[in-house]
Amino acid sequence: MLEINALRAGITDKEILKGIDLIVPTGEVHAIMGPNGSGKSTLSYILSGRDGYDVTGGTAMFDGHDLLEMDPEERAAAGLFLAFQYPVELPGVNNANFLRTALNAQRRARGEEELDAVKFLKLARAEIKRLSMADDMLKRNVNVGFSGGEKKRNEVLQMAILRPKLAILDETDSGLDIDALKIVADGVNALRSPDFSALVITHYQRLLDYIVPDRVHVLAGGRIIRSGGPELAHELEANGYAAVVAEAA
Amino acid sequence: MAAVAETLDTVAAVTEGGYKWGFSTDIEMDMAPKGLNEDIVRLISSRKNEPAWLLEWRLKAFALWKKLDEPNWAKIHHAPIDYQDLHYYAAPKKKQGPKSLDEVDPELLKMYEKLGIPLKEHAILAGVEPVEGERPPIAIDAVFDSVSVATTFKDTLAKSGVIFCPISEAVHSHPELVRQYLGSVVPAGDNYFAALNSAVFSDGSFVFIPKGVRCPMELSTYFRINARNTGQFERTLIIVEDGGHVSYLEGCTAPQRDENQLHAAVVELVALTDATIKYSTVQNWYPGDADGKGGIYNFVTKRGACRGARSKISWTQVETGSAITWKYPSCVLIGDGSVGEFYSVAVTTNRQQADTGTKMIHIGKNTKSTIVSKGISAGRSDNTYRGLVRIMKNADGARNFTQCDSLLIGDQCGAHTVPYIESRNPTAKTEHEATTSKIAEDQLFYCRQRGLSQEDAVGLIVNGFCKDVLKELPMEFAVEAQKLLAVSLEGSVG
Amino acid sequence: MSQTTLQASAQGFLARYAGLKSRFPGDNAQRAAGADAFARHGLPGPREEAWRYTALRPLAETAFHEPVILLSDTSAQLTALALPDLPRLVFIDGRFSAPLSRLPDGISITTGAPAFGHIADNGEKLVALNTMLAEDGAAIDIAPGIDAGTILLVSLGADAHGHPVSFHPRHAIRLGQGARLTLAEINSGTGVYFNNPVITAEIAEDATLVHLREQREAPGAFHLSTVFAKVAARGTYDSFSLALGGRLARVQVHAHLAGENAMAHLNAAQLLGATQHSDFTTTVRHDAPSTASRQTVKNVLTGHAKGVFQGKIEVARIAQKTDGYQMNQTLLLSRDAEIDSKPQLEIYADDVKCSHGCTVGELDADQLFYLRSRGVPEADARNILIRAFLSEALDPIAHDAMRDHMESAIAAWWDKAPTP
Ligand SMILES: Nc1ncnc2c1ncn2[C@@H]1O[C@H](COP(=O)(O)OP(=O)(O)O)[C@@H](O)[C@H]1O
Ligand SMILES: [Mg+2]
Repeated sequence: MLEINALRAGITDKEILKGIDLIVPTGEVHAIMGPNGSGKSTLSYILSGRDGYDVTGGTAMFDGHDLLEMDPEERAAAGLFLAFQYPVELPGVNNANFLRTALNAQRRARGEEELDAVKFLKLARAEIKRLSMADDMLKRNVNVGFSGGEKKRNEVLQMAILRPKLAILDETDSGLDIDALKIVADGVNALRSPDFSALVITHYQRLLDYIVPDRVHVLAGGRIIRSGGPELAHELEANGYAAVVAEAA
Repeated sequence: MAAVAETLDTVAAVTEGGYKWGFSTDIEMDMAPKGLNEDIVRLISSRKNEPAWLLEWRLKAFALWKKLDEPNWAKIHHAPIDYQDLHYYAAPKKKQGPKSLDEVDPELLKMYEKLGIPLKEHAILAGVEPVEGERPPIAIDAVFDSVSVATTFKDTLAKSGVIFCPISEAVHSHPELVRQYLGSVVPAGDNYFAALNSAVFSDGSFVFIPKGVRCPMELSTYFRINARNTGQFERTLIIVEDGGHVSYLEGCTAPQRDENQLHAAVVELVALTDATIKYSTVQNWYPGDADGKGGIYNFVTKRGACRGARSKISWTQVETGSAITWKYPSCVLIGDGSVGEFYSVAVTTNRQQADTGTKMIHIGKNTKSTIVSKGISAGRSDNTYRGLVRIMKNADGARNFTQCDSLLIGDQCGAHTVPYIESRNPTAKTEHEATTSKIAEDQLFYCRQRGLSQEDAVGLIVNGFCKDVLKELPMEFAVEAQKLLAVSLEGSVG
Repeated sequence: MSQTTLQASAQGFLARYAGLKSRFPGDNAQRAAGADAFARHGLPGPREEAWRYTALRPLAETAFHEPVILLSDTSAQLTALALPDLPRLVFIDGRFSAPLSRLPDGISITTGAPAFGHIADNGEKLVALNTMLAEDGAAIDIAPGIDAGTILLVSLGADAHGHPVSFHPRHAIRLGQGARLTLAEINSGTGVYFNNPVITAEIAEDATLVHLREQREAPGAFHLSTVFAKVAARGTYDSFSLALGGRLARVQVHAHLAGENAMAHLNAAQLLGATQHSDFTTTVRHDAPSTASRQTVKNVLTGHAKGVFQGKIEVARIAQKTDGYQMNQTLLLSRDAEIDSKPQLEIYADDVKCSHGCTVGELDADQLFYLRSRGVPEADARNILIRAFLSEALDPIAHDAMRDHMESAIAAWWDKAPTP
């Protein structure tokens, strides 16, 4: 379970998150929607531990861990996964090698047995097939020379292999065609279980047709200004953010 | 996994923290008195029972050395070296040049075992796991201080006509070859350190690949400096006749000592028509401590001559050790269509200084050269790429491509790039690119989000940065080199 | 051998200084210091790393005299230059000529003595020589906030009745905060002479100096010039050097980016034929955070010409976020031409973006074929491609009149150059 309490954070001279309260119970998928610049990516970075932000108040607990006290890799080992809005390129670093290193680092941290190259490749190939991705994905360097869509799909592949307990997907649907969108949704839905939760950040109701959320939250100006069921996404699609923001003000 | 990689793994695993090859070995030594003069040169020559012509050659080199000055153009600084305060000859006592492995001092065998260098042939064979794409074993020449102590697989090699032995032995067994080629690529008076080496060189490897022979296994020399206050001056000579092929590896370590030790080697390569020489180095001499105390001064002259048409010489080096590295493995491309390559990774941390690069001299028509250099500086180190590409007047259709990338880790180090490009032929084409950058924060964070520790993330990104070079190394060395990179940079980020 | 020639030549210059010492105008203390440095160090020799590609021997083998006062037909020479109609300072053999000049209104300009400027010598031997023998120069001061437009700085040289002469003008430019100036230099002449100018430029916060230089010295001339530009925060030194003339030429530019967000452009084009030798040597010192430098240097070489480019980018430890870029490209159009290129990065800060590139080759065969397949004759096609090659360096010149002037200088050079 993810439990965020009165979280305030920002960068030097600028508060971006102005008191976020949010609970994602285990087994549930929540969506966060909101206008550009409202702080969605900032929230995902703070939850995953990126440098450069000051947390000025509040807490973020995940499965009993105080997230804000942990290193990024400790959060990852605890089961938190972030699909980046802008995935990073790692020149010269082979995708398969990267994934195996990451998976084994997490397994080691959890006291689990590491996977050898053969077992890992078997697992990775199976996931690639299931997500209808190109085989050479594993041979290429991490995100280098990938198209926008390929980068997003690579994030989903990593998620499928690392099997997190909590996945945060930051606009993973942006820039995808409809087939790719379905692949992303399948990737998330395949992980859905009573032990898995997800925070899906998106602009479009479209994705939520495929990943039906338990709850939808609207983030604007650094606050969650409204929460509701899946129907809230339809309302936003129909009326735009402005109406909801005005109403909440 | 093949034997060497396996044993190297083990060495890496059992030792921890700092320089992992820093132990010294107690061996009874036969030492020349300190100092350098004609008598010492004569003494070295007589200890080796050398023919008169070689003594003459050494004395001429010594005379040249006295007239030369230490080069001063490199971006390195060190206290003056007192050339009279060194021993110029040190050899393990007992026998001269053991005839078989059984005669090698067991202490020595133990030391090489500890380093992960298997000198017992049966041990090597036993260690090879039968895996897909099995590779043949590696023949090794082990040079301890000034003397070659063991050469493995000599007999197997001899069957295919390959000569692989200490150069001190080749002087006696193949005098005509040594006499013809010694100093023909790096003349005795080439530079200060080459002259010094020519006067006092002690031992090193000799390789001869006859016409049309592909050397059936990788050849390797493992250099170890052990004795105190001793300079190491080894000399390697590799000759590959028409259509021959050899891949040669070189590894180096030294004990951890407070004083600086001088290493001034010369390597000469000769490739005749259609011959190929691949020369790989993993240099991990003791680099000194965090404050710059101790460490090897590595002043090395390496040069290959592509004498025949379509011949090829490829240098690959991973330089992580030494307090000072001064080294420019070069190719003289004489034969039409000959090819020179230089792939380099140089890592400096703490107070290390590296000034390294290459020279590609294009003389023949349609000659080609490729230079890929990756410099990584951390701590308070200075890392310089210095490279010359010269296109001579008749080198029609010559091509050069150079890529130099520098990575800075921390803000107390320096990264420098000094290419020299000289072109005298309009049909030639040269291209040079250089970049400088640091490890991006977002790359580190991305890796850590996926569960990698900070240090593993740095290792991964650095290995990615060096990939174009590492992939040129033979498999076993590539594995070792990757680990070495990670170990060298331990603690430099964060 | 060459060493002694250099020494003898240096002695010649020193003797001239000894003879003229009492008559020189300006700051004698500084001059004496320059003379002292020159006496100790002499002319730069081939064993110095910075001079490995340019040997001063031909210069050292020539005996230079003090210029004589009178020259008859300089106004004809001036007319031949077809100068744009702009304010101008004209120097004949290094001495200011009031009748030929046209001063701009409302701007402080002093002549009649060397303007040593406020930038200390950096141990450069050519600068010591200049300091020792400088007789004249312009001190141009632009007050804060003033846009001073364009000033031409013209140098005409000529030998004295067949005797080679040398002159060593010393100019100092100062731009106050937010000021602007375009300084357009044209160097020309006849016969054998040695032009050794030094220019110091101090550029205050937010100020911009655009420095356009046209070097079209006489075929027998020597041209060795040095510029020091110090740029304060948000200031810009934007320079372009065109080298067409001279027998032996070297242009040295040292830009010092001393304040945050300071910027330097050091662009150049060298077009050389016959046995010309021309060297463009630069250093950019990034000494403050967020400074930027850009360099595009193009060489076109024919005949037996030798071109040299040396460009050094230095980034000091505090100069984080430096952005340095350098590109050097050479077209070799004959079998006997030669280029020596030495770009150099020296970096001590870790958060920087620095790169350089260097290419040498002949005209691109595919492009040539493409043009010819469209019916363009080969000679024309080559010309088109060479001009296109140069345009990358020329196009950024925003000053229309000067760009046109340089274009026609190039066209004239091209007409005379031996077709490859
Ligand atoms: N590192 C940063 N530097 C400056 N501004 C930032 C930084 N990170 C976020 N911001 C600002 O904070 C606000 C929220 O950004 P972000 O979380 O990316 O919004 P969203 O993902 O909802 O579009 C925006 O105004 C953005 O410009
Ligand atoms: Mg966002």
